[in-house]
Amino acid sequence: MSESVTTEKRDGVVVRFAGDSGDGMQLTGDRFTEISAVLGNDLATFPDYPAEIRAPAGTLAGVSAFQVHISDHEISTHGDSPNVLVAMNPAGLKANIAVMERGTTLIVNIDAFDERSLTKAGYTLSPLSDGSLSDFDVYEVPMTSITQEVCKDAGVKPRDAERSKNFFALGLVSWLFTRPIESTVKWIDARFGAKPQIAEANTRAFRAGYDFGETAELFQSRYEITAAEFKEGEYVNISGNTALSWGLIAASRQANLPLFLGSYPITPASDILHELSKRKEFGVRTFQAEDEIAGVGAALGAAFGGSLAVTTTSGPGLDLKAEMIGLAVSLELPLIIVDVQRAGPSTGLPTKTEQSDLLQALNGRHGESPVPVIAAMTPSQCFDAAIEAARIAVTYRTPVILLSDAYLANGSEPWLLPDVSKLPTIDANFATTTNAIADDGTPEFYPFKRDETTLVRPWAPPGLEGLEHRIGGLEKADGGGNVSYDGANHERMTQIRRARIEGIADSIPLTKVEDPSGEAKVCVVGWGSTYGALNAGVERVRATGHKAAHIHLTHLYPLPKDLGSMLKGYDSILVPELNLGQLSVILRSEFLVDAQSLSKVRGLPFKAAEIEDALMAMLEGSS
Amino acid sequence: MSTTAVPITTRKDWSSDQEVRWCPGCGDYSILSALQMLMPELGVRREKTVFVSGIGCASRFPYYMNTYGMHSIHGRAPAIATGLSVTRPDLDVWVVCGDGDALSIGGNHLIHALRRNVRLNILMFNNQIYGLTKGQYSPTSEEGKVTKSTPFGSIDHPFNPISLAIGAEATFVARTHDMDRAHMQEVFRRAQEHNGAAFVEVYQNCNVFNDGAFAGITAKDVRSSMIISLQHGEPIRFGVENERGVIQKSDGRLEIVNVADVGVEALLVHDEHREDPGLAFALSRLSNGVHEPTPTGVFRAVERSEYGNDLNAQVHDAEAAKGPGDLAALFRSATTWTVD
Ligand code: SF4
Repeated sequence: MSESVTTEKRDGVVVRFAGDSGDGMQLTGDRFTEISAVLGNDLATFPDYPAEIRAPAGTLAGVSAFQVHISDHEISTHGDSPNVLVAMNPAGLKANIAVMERGTTLIVNIDAFDERSLTKAGYTLSPLSDGSLSDFDVYEVPMTSITQEVCKDAGVKPRDAERSKNFFALGLVSWLFTRPIESTVKWIDARFGAKPQIAEANTRAFRAGYDFGETAELFQSRYEITAAEFKEGEYVNISGNTALSWGLIAASRQANLPLFLGSYPITPASDILHELSKRKEFGVRTFQAEDEIAGVGAALGAAFGGSLAVTTTSGPGLDLKAEMIGLAVSLELPLIIVDVQRAGPSTGLPTKTEQSDLLQALNGRHGESPVPVIAAMTPSQCFDAAIEAARIAVTYRTPVILLSDAYLANGSEPWLLPDVSKLPTIDANFATTTNAIADDGTPEFYPFKRDETTLVRPWAPPGLEGLEHRIGGLEKADGGGNVSYDGANHERMTQIRRARIEGIADSIPLTKVEDPSGEAKVCVVGWGSTYGALNAGVERVRATGHKAAHIHLTHLYPLPKDLGSMLKGYDSILVPELNLGQLSVILRSEFLVDAQSLSKVRGLPFKAAEIEDALMAMLEGSS
Repeated sequence: MSTTAVPITTRKDWSSDQEVRWCPGCGDYSILSALQMLMPELGVRREKTVFVSGIGCASRFPYYMNTYGMHSIHGRAPAIATGLSVTRPDLDVWVVCGDGDALSIGGNHLIHALRRNVRLNILMFNNQIYGLTKGQYSPTSEEGKVTKSTPFGSIDHPFNPISLAIGAEATFVARTHDMDRAHMQEVFRRAQEHNGAAFVEVYQNCNVFNDGAFAGITAKDVRSSMIISLQHGEPIRFGVENERGVIQKSDGRLEIVNVADVGVEALLVHDEHREDPGLAFALSRLSNGVHEPTPTGVFRAVERSEYGNDLNAQVHDAEAAKGPGDLAALFRSATTWTVD
């Protein structure tokens, strides 16, 4: 190692890798995350990629980025602003420079800053020479040419060698943050083993990047981020879509019901279909349907047959599934609808995050058709949310909408593996016997004869003699379940359907308030994927000596029974959401409280600073 | 699963206690009774039988069968039934739908269920009209048809359901009509026995909105000269005295001829089992409406792997190869690390 390089300790760092869609930035970011996870850092990631698979190379539209926050202490966000930006080309630099604060580090692939690439990115003068980056620590590294040089006799064509330059970047950043080499070399072997020449080129590029840091005498110091304090146990770095898939598998186990997924490919939900289709040894049956409607339709058919039935989609698909969800409401069959939200309306920003389907999930069906809605808070918590959705669906014989979003789906964090023997059990409680006596004295099965407390009807999948019954979308007579056009019966059934779903509130936790002081007068209320940013923002405000409470909702319908009375205890309520204020509308109408909306719809998650600023303004306004 | 013998049943056992509510004289009645009478002969159990329907007059069918059943939403029955059939291969799943239901709003689900070859017995009651919404033209209505929504005559070219099903590579395709109980029962029996998606078009008279739509071929006095009853392995011929027949010309087209003119040997011999759907398709094109002699019976019955069977085989193979799923091992399928 060069004599002058020192190693400094840092409590955390935010690194952003940016390049062309074809540059392998997601892979690079993922790998850097994985190395850091195994070193014991806490971390949070934010993959940020365009809708096009390969937008025109070198353009701003084609920039794909991956941001990771690694830390020696517990963190809850991917970081407001990166400390280090690795830009593989001018477009990667241009698209991200605005989020970089002065004094931060830019590592650029100088080979890509030729005139043509600069023009494509919209630069007239090179930012590296026009003085516009004078406030930054800029490192110009010839990533492409060194990669090509070291790969010369690796047996790959020069074009393929050039494609290994992301591994050079990974090597350099690994050196800079004192990450080990061996695990990545092994990983490259495993991942690219089928193509030994590519594996060789990637390994050489990776090592060259590492060596470059060591020998080029460009960098004065390297950084060390030591392991964070974690609860004892075994961890894995997990994304929201994977956690959700595993949660569904676990729920199927815990309910002793075979898992069936009917789905149609849609961004950003498709990875759940991919993950579940790999897990057939768990008895998982996946069905890629001809359209969104068939996806949910097949799931409902499977539910009738006694499966734990799931359909996965994103906003546009939820639109199409609405009628089938209404049928499930009428049939009172368990069904899980996973909506991985993205920015709308219509195709909107299909790879970008938003929380704008809340009101649709709650109300987006004709008629009085109440559907429980729950939302996941963090990538790993998608696991628990999936089990909870299954619990409610199966126990209460109802469709349940589970809201995730693009940020949770693709983001990742360390997850403490749960003890499999301690997962909650779910009781399908199938009907096994007749439950009524016909006028002529013969035993009969009444599909809509309800449990008196929970109002839940018996679930009797086909197969049992004597329990044959017909159900349908026409209104049913209370109890017997035959078609009924009687108005009074319809009103009773409408009330019962509502009351049964509202009764689920008896089985969900009361409001959890995070308020270390216990005396806060201002409360931040959020739901779903904003947990990390809200938590970090409120913490920052508390660090300045203010008192502030944070309530984060996972059950959106029914809401926790005590939520109204809790909210009434605060002078001010701030409701940050990645929509135009949908939860705030609910809180206002349900509880007559002055819930103030803080809204953002830029396809990006909140920054902790945005929450901090809004909360400080509210505190100053109220004092 | 019960291993005892299938109990002996009668039509009554298969009839629910619900009052049948079709218009008096509707062709649906004869289809219902044909099926209720057939069920005891099929050697199946009531509790293992499910009828799934969409929306429309035909779709009330499940309410009248004393089996498990679901009356679902317009056009979606094949999709719902697919999910049920593939997860419950022990069940015998019937789909009852109409022409608007299956060919218009639900056309997509029908063709995909057929191409996948999901084990379903799909009965499509074709009355060439929308009955339940009171008389609009349907995707099988003839061009020029005057209805409430086409006061100047329909300008839509109709689907030929048999051609459509064969085009979707359905493995079992048949046609029957509501005036001939024995023929219906024979076709339904064949459909039920078929391992895969069986598609049956049933010409059904809607005496309220499209009365006599099929009288030109199904009325007793014209039937023998207008219905070409397909019989596997037999020369295709029809007529009061079997005097007419079908030949295949050198360019592949089919043509109706007088048997006396060509000789019996020249007639096309019907082969349901031909892999190539071309000839079955040509048969479906013989008639362009009820003014022409029209084939009924089984157009095509071929073997192809059944979707649910393949899906379940993948699951069983995975369980056999990897052992039953182990959650703790699943969690460790990615790189884990331990904090002490
Ligand atoms: S409207 Fe037509 S098809 Fe419907 S029940 Fe009446 S006669 Fe039958």
